[in-house]
Order: sequence, then C-alpha cells, then structure tokens
Amino acid sequence: MAPSAVAAPRVKRPASGLRAWLGVVPFFLFAILFLILPSVKLFVGAFADNEGQFTFKNVLQLFTEPSILNAYWLSIRISAVTAIGGGIFGFLLAYSVTIGGLPKSLRPMLITFSGVASNFAGVPLAFAFVATLGRTGFVTALLKNVFHFSIYDTAFSLYSFVGLSLTYMYFQFPLMVLIMAPALDGLKREWREAAENLGASRTQYWLRVALPVLLPSILGSMILLFGNAFGAYATAYALTGGALPIVTIQIGAQIRGDVLHNVGLGYAMAMGMVFIMAVSLAGYSWLQGRTERWLR
Amino acid sequence: MSAQAPSPPAPRERSRVARIFTRRAFPLWSWLWFILGALYFILPLYATLDFSLRMERDTIGLKAYGAAFADPEFARTFGYSVLLAIVTILVSILLVVPTAYWIRLRLPEARRIVEFITLLPFVIPAIILVFGMIRIYSSPVNLPFTDIRLLAPLTTSKLGTNALIVAGYIVLGLPYMYRSVDTGMRTVDVRTLTEAAQSLGANWYTIMARVVLPNVRTALLSGALLTFAIVVGEVVLASYLGLPTFGPYLFLLGQHRAYEPAALTFTTFLLTWAAMGIIQLVTGGQGQVAGAH
Amino acid sequence: MAFLSIQHATKTFAQSSAVEDFNLEIEKGELVSFLGPSGCGKTTTLRMVAGFEVPTSGRIELDGVNITTRAPNQRNVGMVFQAYALFPNMTVADNVGFGLMVGKKPKDEIQKRTAEMLGLIRMPQLGDRYPYQLSGGQQQRVALARALAIQPQVLLLDEPLSALDAKIRVDLRSEIRRIQQTLGITTIYVTHDQEEALSISDRIVVMSAGRMEQVGTPFEIYNFPKTAFVASFVGTLNQLRCTVVDAGQGKLSFDGQTFVATAPIRAANGASVVAALRPEELHFGKFDGENQLTGKVEAVTFLGGIVRVRMVLGQSLITLDALNERKLTLPKVGDMQMVSFPPHACWVMAEN
Repeated sequence: MAPSAVAAPRVKRPASGLRAWLGVVPFFLFAILFLILPSVKLFVGAFADNEGQFTFKNVLQLFTEPSILNAYWLSIRISAVTAIGGGIFGFLLAYSVTIGGLPKSLRPMLITFSGVASNFAGVPLAFAFVATLGRTGFVTALLKNVFHFSIYDTAFSLYSFVGLSLTYMYFQFPLMVLIMAPALDGLKREWREAAENLGASRTQYWLRVALPVLLPSILGSMILLFGNAFGAYATAYALTGGALPIVTIQIGAQIRGDVLHNVGLGYAMAMGMVFIMAVSLAGYSWLQGRTERWLR
Repeated sequence: MSAQAPSPPAPRERSRVARIFTRRAFPLWSWLWFILGALYFILPLYATLDFSLRMERDTIGLKAYGAAFADPEFARTFGYSVLLAIVTILVSILLVVPTAYWIRLRLPEARRIVEFITLLPFVIPAIILVFGMIRIYSSPVNLPFTDIRLLAPLTTSKLGTNALIVAGYIVLGLPYMYRSVDTGMRTVDVRTLTEAAQSLGANWYTIMARVVLPNVRTALLSGALLTFAIVVGEVVLASYLGLPTFGPYLFLLGQHRAYEPAALTFTTFLLTWAAMGIIQLVTGGQGQVAGAH
Repeated sequence: MAFLSIQHATKTFAQSSAVEDFNLEIEKGELVSFLGPSGCGKTTTLRMVAGFEVPTSGRIELDGVNITTRAPNQRNVGMVFQAYALFPNMTVADNVGFGLMVGKKPKDEIQKRTAEMLGLIRMPQLGDRYPYQLSGGQQQRVALARALAIQPQVLLLDEPLSALDAKIRVDLRSEIRRIQQTLGITTIYVTHDQEEALSISDRIVVMSAGRMEQVGTPFEIYNFPKTAFVASFVGTLNQLRCTVVDAGQGKLSFDGQTFVATAPIRAANGASVVAALRPEELHFGKFDGENQLTGKVEAVTFLGGIVRVRMVLGQSLITLDALNERKLTLPKVGDMQMVSFPPHACWVMAEN
C-alpha cells in the first residue's frame, strides 16, 4: 500500500509530546505488572543458581538433562504432528466449503462449529474424548460390536501420544479452517480463469499458481498451530493426569514443588518454552506479511 | 508479424457420465472432507451426550444433569467463575477501549508497541504466566534495588489472589479483546466520528458515551463473549492459585464421578456454541478463536 | 465464411435470461466491441466465447470448428480480465510465458517469445518485476502480453480499462488498438464506455437486457441508430416531441414552430412522434435552407473544446454543442436565442 503523502490530521495537538503518552499509561502499567514482570522474573531466574549468582548452567542443562530433552522432544513431536495433520485436514475442509463447490449454506455452519471446537479445549475436551475413545467409549464400543475390532487389543490407548494427538486435533484443524477460509477467499477467480484460458489444467493451476500463492498462509498457520499445541496444558493434564511428560506438564510439576531440585532450571525450562513460542510467532508474522503483499 | 496459429486438434469430449463427476457438477472430494470433518466434530459430542444420558441404568434420562446442577458445589464454583468473568470483562473494557481509542486518535506511534504487547499472551501460555505471577507476587514487591515496599504479597490474601487471577484472565483475553475493539474502531472510522461530534460541540464524556461506545458495541460483545468462554473454562490459573472456580471443580468431579462430568461437559459445549453463534450472528461470519488451553 | 461465428447463442440462469439469441459473424482481423450498460449480457456473451459459460442453446464456431462445449483451456483464445488477474507469485516474464510453459514449449522459445511480447507492449526492462511493483496500467499491458504470447486465434478483452485512471485509459486504448492492428488479430472488446467503443472499433454491437440492439460501424451506430435505446445510450441525444403535419413533405410541428426533416416519417399526419437530433448539429444563428427554432438559454457549460448550452424549447430541454473559438461570446442565461439545424440532421422515431 502506498504511504499517504500527507499525514492524517490529529484531533488535538498536545502541548508536549509527553502528555500524549499519558493516555496509554494505565495499559502499559497493567502490561508491566502482569505480563512483563512475570516474564522478566522467569528470564532472570533462569540465569541464577541457588545462591543467586549469575550462571549459564541452567540453560546449558536444558540441552543435557535427558528428562528435559525428552520433554521438549515429546512436546515438539506432538505439536508438529498435530500442526501438520491438523493443518492439512483443516485446509482441505476450508477448501471444500469455499471453492470446493459445496452448497453455500454449509460454510457458516462450518465456521461456527470451528469456533466452538477451537474454544472447547481443556478439561471438557478431555472428558469428551474419554467418552469417545476411552475403554468404555462410544467409538470403542461401536468398533467392537459392529466391526468386531477391539482397538484396545492393539497397542492403542487414549492416554498416550496417539490419543493426545487425536484429542489435540479437535482444536487444531478448526483453527486452520478459521484462518484458511478467508485466505482461500483471497484466491481471485480470475486467476483460475486466466490460467485455464492460457491452457493450464486444474492441476497445473493449483501447482503453479494457487498453492504458491497460498503457501505463506498455509505455512504460517501451521506454525501457529504448532505454537498452539506446544503451549497447551489443561487438555493434556485432564486426559493423561501428567503421565505424558510434555514440557508444560513438567513445568506444572515444577511449580507445585521443586521436582528438579533446582529452581533456576525450572525457570530455564519456562524460558526455553517461551523462546520456542516466540520463534513460532515471529515465523507466523513474517509469513503473514508475505501473504498480504501478494493478496492485496 | 502474424499471431494466428493453426487451430489445436480437437480434444476427447468427456463422456456424460464422467462429466457428472467433475468438480462443477458434483464435488465428490469436497463432500468427503466435509463429512469426515463433520464426523470428527460430532462423534465426541455425541459420545458425551450419550454417556450423560445413561446415568439411570437401562434408560435414557436427564438424571445426570439433575444431579450435576443440584450439587451445591456446582452452583458455588460456577457462580464464582461467572462473577470473575464479569469483573474481568468490565476491567478489560475499561482498560482496552480508552487505550485503543487514544492510540487511534492521538498516539499512532504507540500502535506497534501496543500491538506487540497484545501478541505476548500467545507467546506466554497460561502455565508460564501463572508460574511467573506466583514467583513474583508470593513475596512482597519492592522498588528495585531498595527496601521500599510497594506491594504486600498478593498470594497470601484472598483479595490479592482474586485480583491476581482477574489480572491473569485479562492478560489471556487481551489479544482478542484488543483486536476486536481495534478492528471495530477502524471499521466505523472513530476518528472522523469524533471530529464530527467535536465540531457539533460535544465534550469528551459525551463523545465516549454516545459516539464511541455505542459504535463498538458489536466488537465489545464479541470480545466479551470470548473472554467469558475463556474464563469459565480456565483451569490452569485457578488451580495453581488455589481458587475454587468452575474449571478445577469440573476436573475434580471427573476424578470421582462419571456421569455428572459428562453432563456438565455437554452443557459447556452448548454454552460455547451459543456464545459462538451469537458472535457469528453479530459479526456477520468471521469466526473467533481462543486457542488451546 | 466468417472467422468467428456466434449463432443463436442464449444463456439462461435460473429464472432470467442473461443473453437471448445473440448472432454475430466476425471477420478475421476485426475488432468488434460489445457495448452496453451493466447487466446487458455483454460479458456473459464474451465468457461464452472464452468457454467459462456454456450456452444454454446456440453454437459457436471458430475457423470452421465447433467450439461451443469445448473446455476453456482447449480453445486457444486469449483473455484479458478487468482485474488484470496477473499471477502474484510470478514475475512479469513468468506471467507472460505461462501459457507457453503450460504448453510445454522449449525454454529458448519461451524466452524469445516473452522478449518479443515485452517489446510489443513497450516494457522490455520490466521482466523481473513482480505484479505488486507495477502500476495498474503496466499490469494491464502485461496481461495483454500474456494473452497474446500463446498466439491465440481470438483476443477477448473484458472491460480492460475500467479499473484505470482516465488519462491512462485514453493512452492504453490506442495502444491496444495499435497492437491489435499490427498483429491483425481478431478481437472482441467488452465495454460500457461508448467513447472507448467508438474510438477503437471496426464494428460495435450495442446490447441491452440480453439482446442485441444494433450492429454497425461506429459512424453508423452514432448517426443512424436503429432504436431509441441505441440513440440515447451512445452520445447525447435531443428528443423533441412533435406532431406530424405532413408526412410526405417531412413537415413536423413543435411548440407552434414548424420544421422540415428529410428522414422518412413512418407515421400518419397528426400522429405524435419524436424527432431526434445530435447536439453538434445545432448552431446559433440563421442560415439559409436550415430549420430555425427559438428558445431560451437555461445553462451554459464551458467544457474546454466544447461549449454546451442547454436551452428550453417549448416543453423540451435541448442541448446544443458549439466548438470553442477565442472570438466566441458565450450566451447568457435567460437570453432568447435562435438556433438552426439542417433538415438532414434529425431523424424521426416513434413515440414510446
């Protein structure tokens, strides 16, 4: 967008520039007290040892302590799996109600349900999945009685990596739908027609035009999904009771009592997590910027 | 220079049957994805509903619902959560609306940093937030490098803890509330409205009460409903701060009983659906999302 | 035989018909415009030729081949869209070469052709730019180059200039005409802007509510409109309600004043008809052999090259266009003025 040649007029020019900043003081004060200070406390604490001296030991231990590495690796795997799986499924779903040719009335229904599902996370979601895929769950029983297939005779358990991933998917793919539906709207009809007019088949159009244009959006959303799953706590705790040692659960245990026998290490774990989330968010923002440039 | 090329060879005309299954006539794959998606959404809800209706042996009934709602703990915790939600929403509005307005009108320079702040809660999930909050506010807060006490330890007093959880809730809801209000203000072009009101002689109070707030009503409703959904379902802050809200209650209920949690879960779903439906109606089609907990 | 033949093309959607019984034979190398207000069916007809709409009934033949139901990517027609529709993820050069790349042409041929096309639109240095870095006019030229790169048999343009500024529009339309004539490519040009259509077309099809109103050269359409719609849609038209005094002698009476028209009058004496007259055919003053009417000046608008005067003649309002001259004295509002026009200047339409 071209910058305006003339700056928009202010409503009132304050006597000194400093007075203008007064108006945002309450907000900043709140942010400092309840957002920035807690983060800084954790950040500073990560670099302190038990005597209060500055040290890198805690941060280094993140990379050497096997239980912590396992926790991170587990969290990363679950987040990646549900981000990619949820991303692909959510994309296909968004595609089907936008340019996929389904009746127009289905779209608002899908959007509302996606909003519901993406907000349904936490304890209720865990309970709902227990009722579905738990040992006496509805689908478990259905598969046993109708298809004579008992999923619990296989290695499957709801209270495992697979089970948690399936549960996470419930709020992951709706989030993808909510982000991708507007992005798919941004695909101008004329691009497909121009491509067809120039001799391209549908596949060629998708490979050469549509997917490249959508790619920043898709990737960015998947990264957002990754961060979303990485930071989830209540769902995992309610479902597995802490049995799956993902990073958030470990941090939760650390808050309750000093299970790591090193307060600083707990802080370092928290900081490691914030770092990963920050990188995700930065990646998402950057890709969003590229999308906007093309879809203007 | 001629631009005429020989006409291309005639392509095979697809058979009538094949043409029925092309995208335009019958989107086979689209229906497939949609049905799969619908199944994934509905099965867990159906399973919950089914389970919740079977409390009475061999019959379908609402006994679980009756038992769940009759529990005095339910009323206490749910009421408490609702109260906290209302306080959160009110303080949020008081915090966000003037700030968003001020930035639009007088201080565009602050926009980037404020937007950055509203993105922070995405980077700092609830578990980390409560970790930091507990660490800071369980001891007295002093002016840096001095012994001057600014704040007593919040976590030791009931009022302090409640203030802390409301603050935490506000932080969790901040991205949605702020974005909603900011978008609403941009849509109605609140700056021009203010200038028009000023040229007609209105003072700041009148402008705020009669021009700004009424026009961002939709955005406020959206943000409020979303905040409500977040607060009532929230578990992390509540359990670590030790407050008896609905979230921990539901979790505990799940440890001891089977049917009542299912009933409450399904009720939660219905409430969330109602909230989202209202938001959808009011904003005309853009879904709103609150992320994982 | 005509190069592009559209026979009895009809397109109905649900309850309404967008295009009814469209018939046109276009010769090779001709530029034909479809002109009309929004909703008149011009774009729908164009899209039927492109293949994005399938006619409900009728037939389209290109160079003797029936293409009525052929898929759009098999027709070898080039289309330029109103919204440019350049692929945002590709450079200008990649956009222009897209059709050739899809057609699996060898790389050096694609490069050569792309360079040729960029030269044709006079943008040889901009091959590496992306669409978002170009102005609207530049983007449209690239869209044109892209459509022409595949050497289509027919070029279709759907209101290509509507999204552009006035000045660019005038420049670009001459550019489009120049390229079209250089290449000798058969072209259909859809527009709602009559000045555009008049200035670049070999023939114009005026459409209204899905039907063809008239087909003819710009001169014919402007000076010899067949229907009231064409007469008033193209250019400004004065319409005088008169009574036929003597059909044989061409005498008409209007507000107590009489005048003579050489155009045939197909109505009985005493009938009410409408005499149509272009503003530029009227002039101030008295001239031998011309009709004279008197009226009061109501408004004078100075448009630069033209002075447009609105006058009240009896019950009617007429517009008179005079060419600007430095020695001109502008008439004053309220003046009574005498205006003249030659008998051959007006034609007679039935009152509708």
